[in-house]
Amino acid sequence: MDIQLKRGLLDVCVLAAMRSEDSYGYKIIKDVKPYVELSESTLYTILKRLENAKMLTVRTVEHDGRLRKYYHITEDGIRRIEEFKDEWKEVDAIYQFVIKEGES
Amino acid sequence: MNKAEFLAGLKTGLAGLPQDEVEERLAFYGEMIDDRMEEGLAEEEAVAGVGPVDRVAAQIVSEIPLTKLVRERIKPKRTLRAWEIVLIVLGFPVWFPLLIAAGAVILSLYVVLWSLILSLWAVEISFWAAALGGIAAAVVFWIKGALVPGLAALGAGLLLAGLSVFLFLGCVAATKGLARLTKKILLGVKKRFIRKENEA
Repeated sequence: MDIQLKRGLLDVCVLAAMRSEDSYGYKIIKDVKPYVELSESTLYTILKRLENAKMLTVRTVEHDGRLRKYYHITEDGIRRIEEFKDEWKEVDAIYQFVIKEGES
Repeated sequence: MNKAEFLAGLKTGLAGLPQDEVEERLAFYGEMIDDRMEEGLAEEEAVAGVGPVDRVAAQIVSEIPLTKLVRERIKPKRTLRAWEIVLIVLGFPVWFPLLIAAGAVILSLYVVLWSLILSLWAVEISFWAAALGGIAAAVVFWIKGALVPGLAALGAGLLLAGLSVFLFLGCVAATKGLARLTKKILLGVKKRFIRKENEA
């Protein structure tokens, strides 16, 4: 897949993975795995980028005698997902056009 | 490899990065290994699940902008003394042109490599043009009734068309290869910054 396209999709995937409840690194990777390949270092970069863009907040929680970082989606993050849904309708319209022209 | 060995290896691999960023990455990977173990994996398996430490470190370095590595590398470990600042300012006419020259050398290396690829493509295009020309010439010969020269032109055209298909595959392979090489060189340059840091 095109790198730029994949990058944008991964951002939204990671946000979606923490939308219903706060999540942590390994859980995000597991949740996203059936849909798209996501390595640890890529996830780290994405989480940093989303944090800097104020689309998520981080808190450190003690878990089983060790520390674990939980990621919480912000209003901006939810808005990004909603924007993505709208954008995708346009992409889908283009896709339909491409398919239709390819057949004729 | 156990968790401690993995984290130590990662720390060595990332030594050129800002200290706080290294710490944060180590904590991130430590958490990843712990979470895998919590799921029931043995320590060695959990570490293996994250990937070989060399590859992890290389991937992290490749994702970090070169400018950031350079900035970290040239950042003085202590504040500069007055005479050092004076030297840097006075030395400007010397080090600035040298810096530009170094940049120009790297740039020209790229230009040379890519113009090689460009000329390959130019040959490919001219092959196609000649092939089409040959076929067109064949048609003209036939219309004029010259069958034998027409057949020769057609043969030459088809031969060139066939060759250009092979050349096209070669061009694509060469372009891809150079793109990979370019990436590798960049990674190599980045690694140099980190290695020097380790020796220091």
